[in-house]
Amino acid sequence: MSSTAAGPHSVLPLPGPLEPGMVLDGFRLEQRLHQGGMAHIWHVTRLEPKAGEDFPLIMKVPRIKGGEDPATIVGFEVEQMLMPALKGPHVPRFVARGDWTRQAYIVMEQVQGQSLRPRLDEAPLPLDEVVDIGIRVATALQDLHRQHVVHLDIKPSNIMFRPDGLAVLVDFGLSRHDHLPDLLEEEFSLPMGTGPYMSPEQVQFVRNDPRSDLFALGVMLYHLATGERPFGQPSSVRGLRRRLYIEPVPPRAIDAALPPWFQEVVLHCLEVKPERRYQSAAQLALDLQQPEGVVLTRRADKTSGSSGLSTLKRWFFALGAEPASQATVSNQVARSPIIMAAVDTEHATAALLEQLRETVRRIVQTEPGARLACVSVMRTARIGMDELTDKDGKSLHVKQLIALKHWARPISRSLALEDGRLTFHVLEAPDPATAIIEFAAKNGADHIVMGARGASALRRYLGSVSTQVVTQSECTVTVVREPAGNGG
Amino acid sequence: MKIALISDIHSNAQAFAAVLEHAAQAGVVRHALLGDFVGYGGDPAWVVDKVRELVEQGAVAVMGNHDAAVVQGSSTHMREDARLAVEWTHQRLDAGQLDFLARLPMSVQREDQLFVHANAFDPAGYEYIQGRLEAMRSLHATESRYTFCGHMHEPMLYHLSGTGKAGEFTPAAGVAIPLMPNRQWLAIPGSCGQPRDGNPAACYAIFDRESCELSFQRVAYDVEGAAQSIRAAGLPERLAQRLLQGE
Repeated sequence: MSSTAAGPHSVLPLPGPLEPGMVLDGFRLEQRLHQGGMAHIWHVTRLEPKAGEDFPLIMKVPRIKGGEDPATIVGFEVEQMLMPALKGPHVPRFVARGDWTRQAYIVMEQVQGQSLRPRLDEAPLPLDEVVDIGIRVATALQDLHRQHVVHLDIKPSNIMFRPDGLAVLVDFGLSRHDHLPDLLEEEFSLPMGTGPYMSPEQVQFVRNDPRSDLFALGVMLYHLATGERPFGQPSSVRGLRRRLYIEPVPPRAIDAALPPWFQEVVLHCLEVKPERRYQSAAQLALDLQQPEGVVLTRRADKTSGSSGLSTLKRWFFALGAEPASQATVSNQVARSPIIMAAVDTEHATAALLEQLRETVRRIVQTEPGARLACVSVMRTARIGMDELTDKDGKSLHVKQLIALKHWARPISRSLALEDGRLTFHVLEAPDPATAIIEFAAKNGADHIVMGARGASALRRYLGSVSTQVVTQSECTVTVVREPAGNGG
Repeated sequence: MKIALISDIHSNAQAFAAVLEHAAQAGVVRHALLGDFVGYGGDPAWVVDKVRELVEQGAVAVMGNHDAAVVQGSSTHMREDARLAVEWTHQRLDAGQLDFLARLPMSVQREDQLFVHANAFDPAGYEYIQGRLEAMRSLHATESRYTFCGHMHEPMLYHLSGTGKAGEFTPAAGVAIPLMPNRQWLAIPGSCGQPRDGNPAACYAIFDRESCELSFQRVAYDVEGAAQSIRAAGLPERLAQRLLQGE
């Protein structure tokens, strides 16, 4: 940060407007790239290049209208405060910030890539592309939420894609960091956000729920897939509040070709109450990546939006509804983990399967927002084709899925896992350990629970799957053993 | 330059020593001691000597209501536990130590930073900053960009924007918070020697003058030892218990 006391040149106010060629704290203004309502964007270069800074730089300069504009000033202050705290590939790299006493600015990495905004005009887009966008944005959101930040202004113009496809979230002017003061909280008496995307709780001034970003992403997916906005483009607070009691037209009522699972996912994001939505971005990403694992509920069958009576009911309940006080961002992410049970229904002993089930049940029970993904690996040959049907012509894949569901039934019954909190996945791979590790990484699993193979000849010969998972996986791994005395 | 903000030590030698060591390891070179050095705890002489030593090395120290009461030897408007401790402490300090306390300033201004025990609007009245209203009153009463005060035992951060809106924030320990230069800030580091937020660990904060970042800290210390010292002094058992509970 440039300090007012840093040097004799930095205490003087700038003479007049910014022009190309001007130098500000060692950054030369090259060219104005963008002139926005809230800020101007300049391409800048360092007078003295810095080692390791091998990316182009932009300078964001707030546009102060008529001297004092609280929305612009405080929003920019928030961004100046948050950006240095953010890390990873899903945000632009922060470089420097400039003092308000002279010239406020933020210098950051110029993300090489495309904004999602132009694609919105092309909507409806092919389903594959919409799903792919959803996965990438949900992955970026999970990363942001893990850093204790809710974005609160997720929309196509605030999403960019790097050349390698990674989503980058930009513009943190409305964001909220759990561990930093919320400068916006007291500042305004109107809901903050972008009308079409704002979550119901944002309309009610709640600014600390990461599930608000999932609502916005749901709005985006709806729009990209159908070409229409689920809640229109309201311009008044009254218009914004309609989303508290009016259900959107189901996507399949607009385009019957959209699959029920997609409607299930989108309407799951658009639930009015945050606790009825996906509990974390990773859970949403998991469903988008594994459509066959999406549990279809009433949401998938809906053919119309609110009826007159149900709207009246929802309106009535929305009248006095105040959002429950929310836990913090990090708590919400931590409380909604994905637990992955890796189950070898084919080879494990009954006692081990029972022990594994009991361990998984206990772990899921202690995490009210947890989601359980039951995974089994169907081993395929490394070379050549496999016989994937048995002698009766039944698919081995389906058989394994049935065995997996059978294994999990006592858990789902005793914990009443509803709403897609329990999913099943049969992976086909030559190497179980690698398949388990990759599945966990790809889906952001927080905890793998698996059985240990007994001291068998097979284990000596093949090595232990659980050992490999424990050493190579990035998340917590619990290895369950058969109760003592049962041999194995 | 990193400045340690330490307040409400209340004769707790174990907590004070642990905080000073923690601060030294964090690279702190200056100390701002925000008053209430004595009262409640069992080691007033050690704490006052340590404060005096730090002041000789350039530390800021301001007067707290317990310090003023100990100088007088009694306080009629304090609760019984506090009053007993004040009377006991007065007897335990020698003339030099009492004189040092008596000469403490009510507030100290260093550049854009104001150091005061209770508030900026009436330092000697010792009104508490219990919430946003009092914080606003204090922030309006000074031109300083940063006000550092104690008196309240729970860590808290208040801020006032150019548009006159005040916000409050309960900080998490160990997170660097940039105190953006566009607004005024009032930080209460929390009590070093008698934390009251349910966490017995000692509170203090580090202000980095260059980056303008403030980080609140919690330091585990020998709570049992401090409680034992209160018992050995014959002070009310309740004062020992509240250290163990952090309330």
